[in-house]
Amino acid sequence: MSGDRTDRILGVDQLTMRFGGIVAVNELSFDAGRRRITALIGPNGAGKTTVFNCITGFYKPTSGTIRLTHGAAEIALERLNDFRIAKQAKVARTFQNIRLFPGMTALENLMVAQHNMLMRASGLTLLGLIGAPSYRAAEKRAIDLASFWLRRIGLFERADDAAGNLPYGDQRRLEIARAMCTEPALLCLDEPAAGLNARESAALNELLLSIRAEEGTSILLIEHDMSVVMEISDHVVVMDYGVKIAEGTPQQVRDDPKVIAAYLGADEEEAIAVMESDT
Amino acid sequence: MSEPDKPHARRVLHFAFAFKKAALSAFVSLVLFSLMVGIRTEAGPTGQLIYWTRFDELAGLVAATFVGSLVIELVRQWLGPAGTSQLVPASVQNGIAFAGRLLPPALLIFTLLVPVIFYDQRYILDLAILVLTYVMLGWGLNVVVGLAGLLDLGYVAFYAVGAYSYALLATTFDLSFWVCLPLAGLLASLWGVMLGFPVLRLRGDYLAIVTLAFGEIIRLVIINWQSLTGGPNGIPSIPRPTLFGIPLDNSDDGLAARLGIEFSPTHRIVFLFYLILGLALLTNWVTIRLRRLPIGRAWEALREDEVACRALGINTTTTKLTAFATGAMFGGFAGAFFATRQGFISPESFTFQESALVLAIVVLGGMGSQLGVALAALAMIGGFELFRGLEQYRMLVFGLAMVLLMIWRPRGIIGHRAPTVYLKEAHVISSDLVKEGHG
Repeated sequence: MSGDRTDRILGVDQLTMRFGGIVAVNELSFDAGRRRITALIGPNGAGKTTVFNCITGFYKPTSGTIRLTHGAAEIALERLNDFRIAKQAKVARTFQNIRLFPGMTALENLMVAQHNMLMRASGLTLLGLIGAPSYRAAEKRAIDLASFWLRRIGLFERADDAAGNLPYGDQRRLEIARAMCTEPALLCLDEPAAGLNARESAALNELLLSIRAEEGTSILLIEHDMSVVMEISDHVVVMDYGVKIAEGTPQQVRDDPKVIAAYLGADEEEAIAVMESDT
Repeated sequence: MSEPDKPHARRVLHFAFAFKKAALSAFVSLVLFSLMVGIRTEAGPTGQLIYWTRFDELAGLVAATFVGSLVIELVRQWLGPAGTSQLVPASVQNGIAFAGRLLPPALLIFTLLVPVIFYDQRYILDLAILVLTYVMLGWGLNVVVGLAGLLDLGYVAFYAVGAYSYALLATTFDLSFWVCLPLAGLLASLWGVMLGFPVLRLRGDYLAIVTLAFGEIIRLVIINWQSLTGGPNGIPSIPRPTLFGIPLDNSDDGLAARLGIEFSPTHRIVFLFYLILGLALLTNWVTIRLRRLPIGRAWEALREDEVACRALGINTTTTKLTAFATGAMFGGFAGAFFATRQGFISPESFTFQESALVLAIVVLGGMGSQLGVALAALAMIGGFELFRGLEQYRMLVFGLAMVLLMIWRPRGIIGHRAPTVYLKEAHVISSDLVKEGHG
């Protein structure tokens, strides 16, 4: 399935990331399919977040390539700066420890996400400063998009509350909505279900499936919560000690003895979760 | 010391603890005041040291500290851990909120009327001009420190660039104030960008130190580049501003002669007052507009979380540079005004103390709050004059007032943040949530 070039959005090839003498990621290759949910799993310290940071430009990979396919065009992500990856390549991400703007309202958080569109509409601030009608229309559209996402994550009523005042689960969803307001082609989620209870986690599954179905956004996610991974992923890549040890459908991965061994060696509970969770 | 989980234990007074605390405070004040108040030294006529002791004053101060500390601690224990919301009834709070909404327009109307009310009092008019200059500087620095969260300790550099730009352009090329003003702002913002570039990667204390150095560099260059700036002698006889070409002096084509009224030097003071008021209000208006534009929101987002900004595709480099440039531009305008008002500038006016004063105004006012900065400038500049009657205790009282203010309102006079956009209703955001920035 990795050979199918027309149907992939992200191709990671021979990615290596070294920190001094430590090899965090070693010659990792995998593809993420367009309009698919690809999960990256593995025990703690397997190098998942490092892969994410390479894809989203927060780290410069030591070697290897990361290609993003937009129609016919291919963008080499390893050559772009972090903010250009979000701006030009349309890759959005969330963080393992939520990084909202806590002192700004939920609505403002979603407005900041539309910065580049609004910046263009405001004529690099000058048109906005004199209150040009074209800018006002653009701002109206931005507020509409933000309202649309607030409704979708069930936070419309709390639009004017500070993001830092929202409950933890709401903050997680707001961060996903903020990433979606950049209108990304690829959404990278770093442990979106961490700290969520069973009900919130089920709501998250629904949200992610609806994002894939309605927006056509491809999703790449790191997750420890096996109920999320097994239920919604189309494709699972398993990492351990910086290398890929298995990949395939959730069913294939779950039955893979190497995966079970890696999880048993690292974290018993998670291994049991892998074996027992039924989709 | 008291158990917060047992409400009935709230009113048990721990006298021993209160005494210990008061004794400690008294000891600290003894150590501090024994040199500041206890002994007075002076150089004698032949250069020898003369000193005399003032132990009675010292004893009074230490006793006051002891009693004050004891009373405060006992009151605190008696009240229990209570916030203002529990202490102040709702009706009073609503009243305060209402007064708070009325305050800005009332303040503006009063400011507009100052030259009318105090027309005969030159001292008050001069003081008002000084306060307004610092209000403008505070609003300018607020863009950098309050909104973008970049700690700038060298803001006086841009003030100096503006002042010298105007002075040099006006004396060398004979350009009018109204031509020089935008040029001064432009040059200052250019220097803002030049400072911005090397410090883009710096954060926190490191950023503060480099900006501090930048302020000193500008001052030292001004002192040493004698051929251009006149060095320590400064630039004398800088042209006074004109009302669109009409000078405000005693000459035949002056404003007074043209209007057919008797000339008075107060006309120029009043004109300067409205000039700086106009400039300050322009700064305020632009800042308020910018806050509601994407660039302003990006500044505030940068203060809240820079990493998240980059993940959202915001170019943090240009965002920081625009903050520096915008703040510097307002500093440059204020500098040009300073030069035309004084008629003479020298490097002595642009020391680090000025930067520190403007920064204190921003911090005291509440970072990011326009009204807070204006009130803080009024308190810092006006209040300092108010204490003039206290003579040698002036600095002491002033310092005490600042310490008390920072204890009661650690995030400044107005610490909360107003949202820039809302769907239904704008709720103010508590200062606990708003970040101070990493700078």
